[in-house]
Amino acid sequence: MSIKTEQMVLNIGPQHPSTHGVFRIEVEIEGEIIRHAKPVIGYLHRGTEKLAEDLTYSQFIPYTDRLDYMNAMTNNYVYCSAIEKLMEIEVPERAEYLRVIVMELNRIASHLVWWGTYLLDIGAISPFIYAFRDRDTILDRLNEISGARMTFNYMRIGGVKWDAPVGWIEKVLETVKVLRENFAEYDTLVTGNEIFVGRTKGVGYISKEDAINWGLSGPILRGSGVKFDLRKNQPYSIYDRFDFEVPTREEGDCFARYEVRLEEMRQSLRIVEQACEQICEGEILHKKGQRIMMLKPPAGETYFRCEASKGEIGVYVVSEGKTKPYRVKLRRPSFVNVEILAGLLKNRNIADLVAIFGSLDVVLGEVDA
Amino acid sequence: MSQQLLDTILKKIEDLSGPDVIEESKLNFDEPFIVMDSDSWNLEMAQMLKADSKLKFDFLCCLTGVDYKDHMEVIYNLYSMELDQYLCIKVKTPRSNPKVISVQPIWKTADWHEREAYDLLGIEFSGHPNLTRILLEDDWVGHPLRKDYTFDKEEMGL
Repeated sequence: MSIKTEQMVLNIGPQHPSTHGVFRIEVEIEGEIIRHAKPVIGYLHRGTEKLAEDLTYSQFIPYTDRLDYMNAMTNNYVYCSAIEKLMEIEVPERAEYLRVIVMELNRIASHLVWWGTYLLDIGAISPFIYAFRDRDTILDRLNEISGARMTFNYMRIGGVKWDAPVGWIEKVLETVKVLRENFAEYDTLVTGNEIFVGRTKGVGYISKEDAINWGLSGPILRGSGVKFDLRKNQPYSIYDRFDFEVPTREEGDCFARYEVRLEEMRQSLRIVEQACEQICEGEILHKKGQRIMMLKPPAGETYFRCEASKGEIGVYVVSEGKTKPYRVKLRRPSFVNVEILAGLLKNRNIADLVAIFGSLDVVLGEVDA
Repeated sequence: MSQQLLDTILKKIEDLSGPDVIEESKLNFDEPFIVMDSDSWNLEMAQMLKADSKLKFDFLCCLTGVDYKDHMEVIYNLYSMELDQYLCIKVKTPRSNPKVISVQPIWKTADWHEREAYDLLGIEFSGHPNLTRILLEDDWVGHPLRKDYTFDKEEMGL
């Protein structure tokens, strides 16, 4: 005797806890198998690109904080650097070091949020507490230098806003030590856990070719066996001065992406450490950047990209030689990375939905801009 | 080096579509940069850029739409993972009926980029499998990133 089944449409979100923001996905399921998935985005759209056209170049910097609010330092950086490229400004050396230190600290903080919430999503509650304990230590350091915990508004076109307070570098080095010790716990707590491995190994497979064709970047691309990191392949800022590895995995599944991110945090610690040792005294803001309301990049246009915690973040900026940009296009890694989701979910079990979506590490503030 | 790459690209395009399709070409911040009209830009050319053994532009970094008041442009920032080289292509299209081919069959990542450009600028991408609004609501009127877009400040609480 056969049991009659029919497809059912299930709506997940926009307020589901695993969506990390406001994200909706419509799935058609047959029994427990997803036959079709349709992501619906735009709930957090604030018209950031439109707002940019009405602001001066410097006024737009705080708006970039609110794209990927887990990794705001890199957002600051990519926008400022694009303008610096147009204006051909060379950033003072000390400012470059401060930028690298805060960006790498922020990358670790961003990966920690991912690590904690990913495990929370698939049912392990205690890792979240560990991750947020360590993340808070980092946010304290970032708070000390920028005055904010998440929306930093720290960088300026031509440098940074604040110099490091007295004793800050030493404090950062101390934090690096503590974090390195704590990260050892992460492996014993989670990595070898049978349930975790069972839920992530072989799930959400992305091939190398698909990863490139879908424009994926960051840990997802490297989890699919492509050794590509803009910090290494196209060194911007002063990344060519540091010794660090680009971790990759061949498997292309959720577990591979997990391993890549975990290893990246350790590599970022190495960069922070080296930057703290090499940092020199000096100016922190180029003199062209000091009259912040009067900045007028020459007419022209350019694309600048760099490696954020989620992948390639890019800015295409068109200048008419006025105090406000003519057009600012933001290439947000989360927006591009989530495109592949519908394909990944096809013919998978509904229980894998959260495991796959979580492994992409998407921040909706950035998806929706 | 970049000049050499630009020459190669121009030669390949000329071999494929004849000499008159390129409106402008230069090095922009040391990267090849070419401008053409939407009538000349086609899937065959996009496929050539991706597949040619000397070009191999397999990664579409970014797709940008810009409203220049008298015309519109779609800008493609291409990168080759293997050969480590860049190309920026600008495709011009009339403002009255902005229409560009969809490169989604070549670079899948273009799917949402094109939907975004359609949503915010009203550029039509012919051949796109699902050209619908992506960030704004389905019943939204107008395209906000157009320079002549006006909105009711009172309605928006300003």
